[in-house]
Amino acid sequence: MIHLLDNMLIRAAVQGLMIISIMLGCVTFLVWTERKVAGHIQLRIGPERVGPFGLLQTIADVIKLFMKEDITPSSANKVLYTIAPMLAVIPPMTSFAVVPVWSQFALADFNIGILWVLAFTSLSVYAIVLAGWSSNSKYSTLGGLRATAQMISYELAMGLSILPILMWSGTLSLREIVLLQQRHLWNIAVLPFGPIAFLLFLICAIAETNRAPFDLPEAEAELVAGFATEYSSMKWSFFFLGEYAAIMTGCAVATSLFLGGWGGPFVDQVPLLGIVYFVAKVFALIFVFMWVRWTFPRFRYDQLMGFGWKFLLPATLGTLVLGAICMTVFPGFYHQFYGR
Amino acid sequence: MPHLQFPALSVPLVLFWVFAVVACLMGLLVIVLANPVSSALALVMTLCAVAGLFLTLGAQFIAAVQVIVYAGAIMVLFLFVIMLLQLRGEPGGLRGVLFGPKVLAGALGVALITQMGSLVATAAWPAGAADPAAFDSPLNTQMIGKLLYSRYLLPFEVVSVLLLVALLGSVVLAKRKF
Repeated sequence: MIHLLDNMLIRAAVQGLMIISIMLGCVTFLVWTERKVAGHIQLRIGPERVGPFGLLQTIADVIKLFMKEDITPSSANKVLYTIAPMLAVIPPMTSFAVVPVWSQFALADFNIGILWVLAFTSLSVYAIVLAGWSSNSKYSTLGGLRATAQMISYELAMGLSILPILMWSGTLSLREIVLLQQRHLWNIAVLPFGPIAFLLFLICAIAETNRAPFDLPEAEAELVAGFATEYSSMKWSFFFLGEYAAIMTGCAVATSLFLGGWGGPFVDQVPLLGIVYFVAKVFALIFVFMWVRWTFPRFRYDQLMGFGWKFLLPATLGTLVLGAICMTVFPGFYHQFYGR
Repeated sequence: MPHLQFPALSVPLVLFWVFAVVACLMGLLVIVLANPVSSALALVMTLCAVAGLFLTLGAQFIAAVQVIVYAGAIMVLFLFVIMLLQLRGEPGGLRGVLFGPKVLAGALGVALITQMGSLVATAAWPAGAADPAAFDSPLNTQMIGKLLYSRYLLPFEVVSVLLLVALLGSVVLAKRKF
């Protein structure tokens, strides 16, 4: 009994560490990509001095962050002020566990996979709220309050936006959803609700990761840096890390739900191609995230809430009803064209 | 007294004790801590630990919903209200509370503990962990859905109407003029 336990736990721990290190490595690369994309969109070159194509720029930045003074404001709640940055990194990393990276590998194959992702997404708001509250400054508190309202509103729409796909697949396991797409068509191609649900999910995912145009919690123009105003050095960089990890997890989940996960041509003959397809799809989506960030202006706060509650929520509910009607009224059509 | 068994050390058993101890400890902290934000966080931890207990029993769907609804939504709103009202803890502790409420609360507390104690002593507890087949059954969620829409349809609909009434009520209360 005991040695079985050891083996299982050790295997899980090693695989978990592997995923975490790969994610951390990717974040370094993503920061560089973000700056390059931003540069080219704004007709600049972006970082290019440190290393080839500026690839080592992020490493230089991390060293700089390590060297900086780690300040805790004297009026802050010390314990929560320290815990908040840690909480920013845990949820995105933990929810990545259920994403099937490859036909042979997913850290945990839950039959409630997608609910696991939603559960940890819903916990990710605590990092920002606690950072805002424990800093004990007005800008931080305002940022924290904004984050709470925003994430609750968009989380709801995010959960609803994937319901048509779950109804179509008839399972909550991400692995099963990917396998079904491989046998038939990608979910994004299931007309008419597939593309709409994909678009709505993407919007919600951008809002959940607090990226522009939804970066109200840290709006520099009004709130200095919002919830992160008082943070410096490595504590600050943990929020940064958490944001990029959340982007990766969000894109990986979107890939599994809508873009066929590891599926692609010749993946049955050469299974290793699956990883290549998966990574390529995830990075394509991440590029869309960056593209959106550097081309859209930020919402005003009332616009953000109005958009969330008056457009996004009814739209997701409408898509759900549309999907249900289509599937019950025209089962023949779906059987003929989508093989189900 | 039911016959107590001590099963061999296994992953679910270890997890059960971890989650159970965390849940009790954090539940205690909810009422002991003076700072309302810390109390709320302890309650979040309690809810997550209870979700973990559900997980060890093979009730994956309930565990996920517990985290999504309670830890992820309701407690966030609690924190929102605490932050909005700028509550900074109560300095007096129990000293500020009147004598009458203290006695009433004490009596009710004793009644609750006696009731629960007698329940623990007399109830028939299922021996051993839940059916291991239930852990990986994809039917778990389907079964809940089917029961909810057949046997428990009426209570389900009544609860949803109740929630709708609460929603409309809060809109009416919050909106001053129509």
